[in-house]
Amino acid sequence: MSKKYESVIGLETHIELSTNTKMFCGCKLSFGEESNVHTCPVCLGHPGSLPVVNKKAIEYAIKIALAVNCKIREYTIFHRKNYFYPDQAKNYQISQYDLPLGVGGYLDVDMGDYVRRVGITRVHMEEDTGKLLHTGRTGRISESVASIVDFNRGGTPLIEIVTEPDIKSPEEAKEYLIRLRNLILYRGVSNCNMEEGSLRCDANISVKKVGEERIGTKTEIKNLNSFKFLQKGLQYEIERQTNLLESGGKVIQQTRHYDNNTNMTKVLRSKEEAHDYRYFPEPDLVPMHIESKVVDEVRCTIGELPAEKAERFEKEYNLPKYDSSFLSNDKKVARYFEDCCKLYSNAKNISNWIMGDFSALLNKEGIDINDSKIKPANLASMLKIIDGGKINSKIAKSVFEEMFKTGESPQVIIEKMGLEQISDGGLLEDIIEEIIKENPGTVKQYKNGKKKAIGFLIGRVMARTKGKANPKMVNEIMTKKLK
Amino acid sequence: MRKIERKDIEHIAKLAELDFSDGELEKFTVQLDRILDHVARISKVDTEKILPTSHVIEIKNVFRDDIVKKSIPKEDALKNAPEVSDGGFKVPKID
Amino acid sequence: MTAHELHNMLVKKEISCADIAESVLSRINRVESKTNSYIRVEKEKMMEEAAAVDEYIGRGGRIGDFTGIPIAVKDNICTKDIITTCASRILKNYIPIYDATVIKKLKEQRYILTGKANMDEFAMGSSNENSYFGNVSNPWDTERVPGGSSGGPAASAAAGEAVCSIGSDTGGSIRQPASLCGVVGFKPTYGAVSRYGLIAFASSLDQIGPLTRDVEDCAGLLNVICGHDENDSTSINRKNPDFKSFLKDDVRNMRIGVPAELMVKEIDAEVKSTVNAALLKLEELGAKVEEISLPNLKYALSVYYIIAPSEASSNLSRFDGVRYGHRNKEAKTLREMYKKSRSEGFGDEVKRRIMIGTYCLSAGYYDAYYEKAQKVRTLIIDDFRKAFKKYDVLISPTSPTTAFKAGEKLDDPLTMYLSDICTIPVNLAGLPAVSIPVGLSPEGSLPIGLQVIGDILREDNVLKAAYNIERAVGFDKKPNIL
Ligand SMILES: [Mg+2]
Ligand SMILES: [Zn+2]
Repeated sequence: MSKKYESVIGLETHIELSTNTKMFCGCKLSFGEESNVHTCPVCLGHPGSLPVVNKKAIEYAIKIALAVNCKIREYTIFHRKNYFYPDQAKNYQISQYDLPLGVGGYLDVDMGDYVRRVGITRVHMEEDTGKLLHTGRTGRISESVASIVDFNRGGTPLIEIVTEPDIKSPEEAKEYLIRLRNLILYRGVSNCNMEEGSLRCDANISVKKVGEERIGTKTEIKNLNSFKFLQKGLQYEIERQTNLLESGGKVIQQTRHYDNNTNMTKVLRSKEEAHDYRYFPEPDLVPMHIESKVVDEVRCTIGELPAEKAERFEKEYNLPKYDSSFLSNDKKVARYFEDCCKLYSNAKNISNWIMGDFSALLNKEGIDINDSKIKPANLASMLKIIDGGKINSKIAKSVFEEMFKTGESPQVIIEKMGLEQISDGGLLEDIIEEIIKENPGTVKQYKNGKKKAIGFLIGRVMARTKGKANPKMVNEIMTKKLK
Repeated sequence: MRKIERKDIEHIAKLAELDFSDGELEKFTVQLDRILDHVARISKVDTEKILPTSHVIEIKNVFRDDIVKKSIPKEDALKNAPEVSDGGFKVPKID
Repeated sequence: MTAHELHNMLVKKEISCADIAESVLSRINRVESKTNSYIRVEKEKMMEEAAAVDEYIGRGGRIGDFTGIPIAVKDNICTKDIITTCASRILKNYIPIYDATVIKKLKEQRYILTGKANMDEFAMGSSNENSYFGNVSNPWDTERVPGGSSGGPAASAAAGEAVCSIGSDTGGSIRQPASLCGVVGFKPTYGAVSRYGLIAFASSLDQIGPLTRDVEDCAGLLNVICGHDENDSTSINRKNPDFKSFLKDDVRNMRIGVPAELMVKEIDAEVKSTVNAALLKLEELGAKVEEISLPNLKYALSVYYIIAPSEASSNLSRFDGVRYGHRNKEAKTLREMYKKSRSEGFGDEVKRRIMIGTYCLSAGYYDAYYEKAQKVRTLIIDDFRKAFKKYDVLISPTSPTTAFKAGEKLDDPLTMYLSDICTIPVNLAGLPAVSIPVGLSPEGSLPIGLQVIGDILREDNVLKAAYNIERAVGFDKKPNIL
């Protein structure tokens, strides 16, 4: 992007809640099941059917609104948003309009060398649409001959989170979404699975000359359904808009679709033919008065937020800032860490293992820390064994890998594989003497003042003992013998 | 109030997904203009400090517990559908 | 005969359900071709069910007030597995997949469904001339309209094609046809009867209610259909009173207000004088009658013709030919399919109201129309609230005229809308109200109805006043068709 331009980005994120039932009827939430098996007169929009609000969905919505520091409106209602589309059973969506549940929040996004505070305009509740399958060779709507509607998803509780145009770069947008996703996962109110569409993101973006007050004409990009797509789509769009402006052109207000195959955005529809949604208060539902008492109750059930947890880790376990935020970012990792801390006192040692070898293995296997075979108790006892000098840290790596594979305790593995450290002074002396005999040249070099040569000799000892020799003792004995 | 013109009727018909012949458009333009002109008499009522009423009965916070109810059989869901394909509701090409 | 009379005979075993069903059926066979009260008559099912109920009674089953009573149900109330059309081409073949809550309650009583009664399409109309299945004729004079939109329920009850019937009332759709057909028609407090399964016209105004031959049956049916329903968020959660317990023979010191705004120039002189005569009788019985003014009522018609079409435009958008209902099979694209299906499926009055409503909600007009109407609605409610501080009930004519000739007002929607000037304010305020016949017009020998309006949930006062008027007036005329 040309240095002369800067971008202004706002995000709209939709999150499907993980309640048992739909927003306005008792049908079960499902994914990937046979089409139209979880429907009823309400979610099929049959004549005469009426919606009734799912209490759990309201509770979850409050949790999300609180997570992004919103004020919970005491008086809130549903509106109807009217537009015809076949994935909508009633041809209106029950949504919220000028009285959304949560308003005026923010989210702090840590960018490493600075923190970007992103304002949250609103958090509101609505119902999801059904799913459309486009028949035809490509499955794309533009080339389809017909479409087929499945209402299993229709009516799933949906939360929409709208930011202020405070985001300045695709990287910030990505970090914002990662942070938002973690926050929501933390509260256990959605599985935020982007592939399944339970977290979906649209972006509004415009560019303007650096220092200029006036915000440029924006475009809206749909289908940014992964962190990567979000970043790439925005990058492409910034470039496109900048090039347009540089070459004397004008950005047209329109909705664009990000195509992840070509990594480009394409026009979906221009704003001129935008809908007139004819919002009005939903007469089939009554107003909600959410008392502060209820909000407090929900707040109590939430527990600590990642940022609060990181702060506590820093103080309570005396950890560096980096470690604390790493460990607290994922709720399950944080719990694992604290479980270990109950059994073993050196928190920094635990943290090193989790951030280092453990994370590497987990990433490689693509599994959660909870699903790992290493239980906190085994990690703790391994660390104790290291401290006791029974194994050295190099051997510990092998023990750890074996624990990861089999789930056995470190004691069992050390015994089975004969990995116990050799700290028997007599035995070590014999081996060291052997090595000295076998390497007269190196010994000579050492005695001639090339002190570094001792490293080679120690290496030989370690090799002969398959790494099990107590390195400290080897060093001591070797130095003595070479005098 | 503004007079209702034919282009208003055309616009509204588009929003409402209705199709009218020329004659119908003429007729509806005249009738809607008369009706809307009549109802617009409320514009002279002073409602400055008055809140709108959406619900005549003061009921609030009506919720349902998050308990799964049996859905209807798939055959019932589809039985009134004008066109079914692959277990779903089929619609013509979306334009 | 009334349901309570038939009930007594059933209890005494002087008659069987099959006898009752058969006599209603023979009446249907004789007059249905003249009235067209029904869209669908359940002839066979009726007899089968009557036999089943007889068998049930024979086994010692409990005989409720409406057990074995043949009742007509307006065709905008969903009956599982029985075609429900809303008198529209768009739902010509629609088979509901569930029962409305009122139907469930009636089934618990083991009622007999005579059939689905004719109506104005989507309950939009005041003359029952807007049905895809043809006009309904008034049993008192088949040249004339029965009123609407519950023209079928009113005509069937008046002509004996059903013992009583269930209708719906959005701006007078129970009371106005009841008045024009000489039967009792009751619109309960908004939220007293579940709307679940009632095909919505205007959600904030719609209410289901009974049409009967006397006030006692009316109270009896209220006992059956009222009550809280967890499927309707706007349903009032309270324990049902025994509505029949309000039928007391005493109106001494009852405070009655007569709103001047409902006795205006649009009301025919013969209607006014008949209503005034009934009021005089109430005064003689010890009631206190006074004229009052509810100044904002003069805006009620305008408010209604903004709010009702607005809600309707949204409620009726679900009829799109995707999940159910009429579809134009030639359409090549989705939008074409929507437009053609809806334009072919809906009649003129329905389209007119969808258009009005869409306009009132559209960008740039919402504030001046819909929101403004909701504010004036607040003023109308306040007027009623003040009035009910001073009065137990308000009384007015139900309809400004007696039954008019078919076709008379068809070309002039606005004049047609004036038929509901006395009934509309009641829906806007969610109040309970009843229309009861109080006499025949001297000129045409057509029934004239009187409307009693009560405060929210004060069905007791409404029933009490109606019961006493009924007894004082002693209306016992029968339509010519019989
Ligand atoms: Mg949304
Ligand atoms: Zn459902």
